[in-house]
Amino acid sequence: MRLERRASASRVMAVLAPVLALVCAAAGAAVLFALLGRDPVSCLHTLFVAPLEDANGWSELALKATPLLLCALGIAVGVQANVWNIGAEGQFTMGAIAGGAVALWLGPTEGWFVLPLVLMAGVLGGAAWGGVAAFLRTRFNAHEILVTLMLSYIAVQVLGWLVRGPMQDPEGFNFPQTRQFEAAAMLPVLLEGSRVTVAAVFALVAVPLAALLLGRTMAGYRIRVVGLAPGAARYAGFSENGAVWVCLLLSGGLAGLAGVCEVAGPIGQLTPSISPGYGFAAIIVAFLGRLSPVGMLFAAVLMALLYLGAEGLQITQQLPLAAAGVIQGMLLLFLLGADVLTLYRVRFGGVRAHAKASSHG
Amino acid sequence: MLSRRSLLLAPAATLIASQAQAAGPLKVAYVYVSPVGDAGWTFQHELGRRAVDAALGAAVKTSFVENVEEGADAERVIRKLATDGNDLIFTTSFGYMNPTLKVAQQFPSKKFEHATGYKRAANVATYSARFYEGRYAAGVLAGRMSKTGVFGYIAAFPIPEVLQGINAFTLGARSVNPKAVTKVVWTSSWFDPGKERAAADTLIAGGADVVTHHTDSTAVAQAAEEKGAFSIAYNSDQSKYGPKTCLTAVTHNWNEYYIGRVKAAIAGTWKSGDVWGGVKEGMTKLAPYNAAVPEAVRKDVDGVMAAIGAGSRRPFAGPIADQDGKTKVAAGQALADKDIAEMKWFVDGVQGKV
Amino acid sequence: MDDGVMLVALLVATLRAAAPLILAGLGELVCERAGVLNLGVEGMMLVGAVVGFAASVTTGSPVLGLLAAMAAGAAMAAVFAVLTLRLHANQVASGLALTIFGIGFSALFGAPYQSHPITGLATLIFPNLSGAHPLLQQLLLVDPLVWLALAAPFAVARFLARSRAGLLLRAVGESAEVAHAFGYKVVRIRGFAVLFGGAMAGLAGAYLSLAYTPMWTENMVAGRGWIALALVVFSTWKPLLLAAGAILFGFVTIAGFQAEAWGIPVAPNLLATLPYAATILVLVLISRDTLRLKLNAPAALGKPFHPAG
Repeated sequence: MRLERRASASRVMAVLAPVLALVCAAAGAAVLFALLGRDPVSCLHTLFVAPLEDANGWSELALKATPLLLCALGIAVGVQANVWNIGAEGQFTMGAIAGGAVALWLGPTEGWFVLPLVLMAGVLGGAAWGGVAAFLRTRFNAHEILVTLMLSYIAVQVLGWLVRGPMQDPEGFNFPQTRQFEAAAMLPVLLEGSRVTVAAVFALVAVPLAALLLGRTMAGYRIRVVGLAPGAARYAGFSENGAVWVCLLLSGGLAGLAGVCEVAGPIGQLTPSISPGYGFAAIIVAFLGRLSPVGMLFAAVLMALLYLGAEGLQITQQLPLAAAGVIQGMLLLFLLGADVLTLYRVRFGGVRAHAKASSHG
Repeated sequence: MLSRRSLLLAPAATLIASQAQAAGPLKVAYVYVSPVGDAGWTFQHELGRRAVDAALGAAVKTSFVENVEEGADAERVIRKLATDGNDLIFTTSFGYMNPTLKVAQQFPSKKFEHATGYKRAANVATYSARFYEGRYAAGVLAGRMSKTGVFGYIAAFPIPEVLQGINAFTLGARSVNPKAVTKVVWTSSWFDPGKERAAADTLIAGGADVVTHHTDSTAVAQAAEEKGAFSIAYNSDQSKYGPKTCLTAVTHNWNEYYIGRVKAAIAGTWKSGDVWGGVKEGMTKLAPYNAAVPEAVRKDVDGVMAAIGAGSRRPFAGPIADQDGKTKVAAGQALADKDIAEMKWFVDGVQGKV
Repeated sequence: MDDGVMLVALLVATLRAAAPLILAGLGELVCERAGVLNLGVEGMMLVGAVVGFAASVTTGSPVLGLLAAMAAGAAMAAVFAVLTLRLHANQVASGLALTIFGIGFSALFGAPYQSHPITGLATLIFPNLSGAHPLLQQLLLVDPLVWLALAAPFAVARFLARSRAGLLLRAVGESAEVAHAFGYKVVRIRGFAVLFGGAMAGLAGAYLSLAYTPMWTENMVAGRGWIALALVVFSTWKPLLLAAGAILFGFVTIAGFQAEAWGIPVAPNLLATLPYAATILVLVLISRDTLRLKLNAPAALGKPFHPAG
């Protein structure tokens, strides 16, 4: 068996490959459920269908997919320019910290301007943290893939220090938390009784904007040229440094927006644990979505569904969380692997000479 | 744009919390902050859940969700448990406080109990335990068993519950050895066996001959066993991790509390409130002593536990000086509950900074 | 305990804290030198820890446990290798997915092995030391895996610098296309490097579950895989510097504890940022000099290799 590169990505396979991966993962999951002594059919139902059976499930799905999508969009724009921001987790955290700081600083101030200020601070906080990586890359040539990763861990520790020190709630019995934000600093909920905020709308709006940026604008063209052919880009006068700055500020800003929306939305205060790894999961979302904004929308929803289904497996099937983790990992690995079918054609046997040219073992 | 929005909102329009009817057994659910494991904070709550099952049998149906993040996920899990027809929900970590209250507001007919928090509602009770009472007795034990008078204390974060334990332990130790010193190190993590081990190694190398911890793993007891130092475990009985050297453990025991509350819910007598029990209520205990503890010492420590249970001995009774030698509690007085709950200082004899 | 013994005890504690970082870091270093960035170290360590523990408990042989751990780590790495080298999946995403899988798998597979303390490797080898000199007692806590962790960097350094295979590996990491053009089997070489990385991560995990904290509990690696990744960069991809970095990191941790025990205030949260901040600093220092960076960092790191087909 060998792989042969397609002239262009297969549209059929673009749809078929993830379906195939899902089927494989579902089969694997069914075996696992059976091994654990559960009914595979009802477990699969719990995992993939039950979370979507009521309106509340859909709203929670949107809530969970929003930060994943926002972070993934920024990451994907960067990847197009060969700028690897794998530290969305840190920018998410810094966005939450900056937005939270403004919300706490404004305190009981009322007015329409409070929320925009909070959100803006969040975007700036995330962008600034991305900017650190951009500065180190453009000034010192330090590779952002490593710098952004390291900055993530630093951001989480800084948050831990802030909520136990300078930003701690003075009336909180010395527990690690800040005051709760006032209503004026909180994002409006889309529908009474649910937790989805307008952040979901931000994420949905960001999808066509990202598509437009990459597809139609000169800036997007430059970004892609820098990513594909840095030499040619330099020749054409496109700045590689400029692309680095744009990508890291943009993806940092989007991750920061996701962060501030999380604390000014469902959480409502700063605590040591505001992200269950959204920034890292978003990297997987970006690649599952093949770096296309619409693809990432689907990928983010699928990822969110996996989280909800995993909770369902615990609650209704009394399965350990680890079982859900195995299935999640398995599905992701299958999906990443199946993607090969869109770009490559699988050939069995074939002319020897040809095989030699295309195999690379 | 508009269509996109309405697309998103359409299913939510029918959003009404459906409440399953409580026919048959009372459904009780627990939310855990970490995996159940085999020792630690969550494991003790799980023991409580199993005790409820054992005691009430077919009258209850219990379940749990483990490793629930304290961020935005907690609220969804708690709400799902409520919509799934659970009548009584225990949320067992501080970070669940606001999510518990939010969900409770939407489900006025359901009952909620939040561990270690300070916000209550008509259907949200809080409960916690005075682990520091057990710590005090453990300090007495450490003071009697130590040759060097130097203790190592491995702690996660300087929150009041942890500080209460460190102070009570030191006061207990000083009640039998006025020169005793407690060296405190912070791991900045509730669970990191490797780091706890490194901290224990350091403290033992530095002359501590009894080590104790306020973290979630069993690494400290193991490290002490390997180095031949004594340990006093926390949360759970860890004697099998230190068969020769783990003197005892200051354990959490929620069994009776959980059984009582579930019974009350079944009988319809459940009421919101705040319980802060201690030795008297059996919420904190000492695990069986190691063979290394001599009979005389056992008797003394048992005596201290009995006195604390009877209220004749109070760990935070004066005179108590802080690290700078300033009097915090005058002789003849005792620290008020509120000051204990908010504690943010170390007593004299603790080496380390809050 | 007199001061000399205390010093030795602290040194031993430092080395033991550093050993798993050296082992896992060396594996990742070789992998990255071949141009492959595998972010699945944490997951591979966890699987190594649980499989090593299970094999050791089942067979009663810690040696078999260590071998099983290496095999398990390599098996995890094989999944990664197939995905990234054969199916051209993205390395960063695949590594992260591997870690998610590893966390879940180790917890599920390990559930029956919890609550099962075993005797640590050091005590197993020298069961009765109570009569020995305290200095000797401390020194003998340095188990064979620690010695291995101290020796391995020299072996790997020699392999990379002197051997033909090492040269090939580095060539592949510098430019897969050039190596391919010279007729070298890029994918096979990278595959071996990835497998080696997995085996070493598995061994590092087993060190935790069989020697350092001899037990299995869920998620017991607690982020050491990520620190190992940071140390690889910190070392500028040099084995001996990696070992030095790991020991330095162990020392800073132990010294931080010692400072606290002496009553010197340390902000633990900020101390915890140290390895990451130091890595960024080193990265900046080595990278500003483009020439030196070229000498150190594998030029093709993280770049996929798609030969014309």
